[in-house]
Amino acid sequence: MPPDAKHSAPHILSPGLLTAVWGALVCLTGLTIALARLDLGFWNAVAALSIASVKALLVILFFMHLKYENRLLKWLLGLACLVLAIFIGMTFFDLAYRGLGTP
Amino acid sequence: MSEKAKDYAGAKLGMWLFLFTEIVLFGGLFLLYAGYLHRYRADFHQAARDLNTLLGGLNTVILLTSSLCVALAVTALERGRQGQCLLSLALTVALGLGFLVNKFFEWSAKFSHGLYPGSAHLHQLPPGQEVFFGLYFAMTGLHGVHVLVGAGLLSTVTLMVRRGRVRQEDFVILENAGLYWHVVDLIWIFLFPLFYLIT
Repeated sequence: MPPDAKHSAPHILSPGLLTAVWGALVCLTGLTIALARLDLGFWNAVAALSIASVKALLVILFFMHLKYENRLLKWLLGLACLVLAIFIGMTFFDLAYRGLGTP
Repeated sequence: MSEKAKDYAGAKLGMWLFLFTEIVLFGGLFLLYAGYLHRYRADFHQAARDLNTLLGGLNTVILLTSSLCVALAVTALERGRQGQCLLSLALTVALGLGFLVNKFFEWSAKFSHGLYPGSAHLHQLPPGQEVFFGLYFAMTGLHGVHVLVGAGLLSTVTLMVRRGRVRQEDFVILENAGLYWHVVDLIWIFLFPLFYLIT
């Protein structure tokens, strides 16, 4: 773990690393399009969203530099995602069981 | 030059806090999408067939590449290479505009098939398909507005780099504009599979 970087010495990402991340992102885009052509039923949505989440993580960690930021920003992003997960999770607790028990 | 002390960490924290509100804004729309997908699964799958996966995929690669360019621009300025930074920024804005040109052709094709918000043809479709296209226009439209704002922001920052107001010693404005652009990319990363790939 790098110590909290001092402003006087910002952590600079090399063009090589950035290009490698971009390459991975483009490959994952190809993969998600290829997987969508197969009929996996329910697993199509799972695969598409999992790949999208991995891509999002790559963008956040490297392009947005979060991997090298201080702990506060990381916790705050986690909190924002948790709030979103609660929104979505609670709504689906309702939606998934609607209509059950009514004749 | 003013001699005001700049709070680098504070400027960045402020930008991230704003970006969280963007994530929650689109998160609400994604929730709406998920709720209706749950209700009208078959209609959504039918309607998604009408979207051009190739064009959507191309736009994904365009946005990913523009994100790379803005990250390279930050690296270039941090290393004091102003010319390289300007070139990367110009490329980012050009790719952003390319995305919008693609979007224009995509939407035009939909319009010519009678698919636009409030159209008579849309009302004749099954309710699930009507909802799908409503969400499609609302969400990609709102995202398009963000692309436009991001491109405007990055153009402004390009001018500031040119004039030396954003430079190696003080580049947090470039970093923050870049963060905004990456979020625009992030949102598209989720929009693309949801609208184009769930057939």
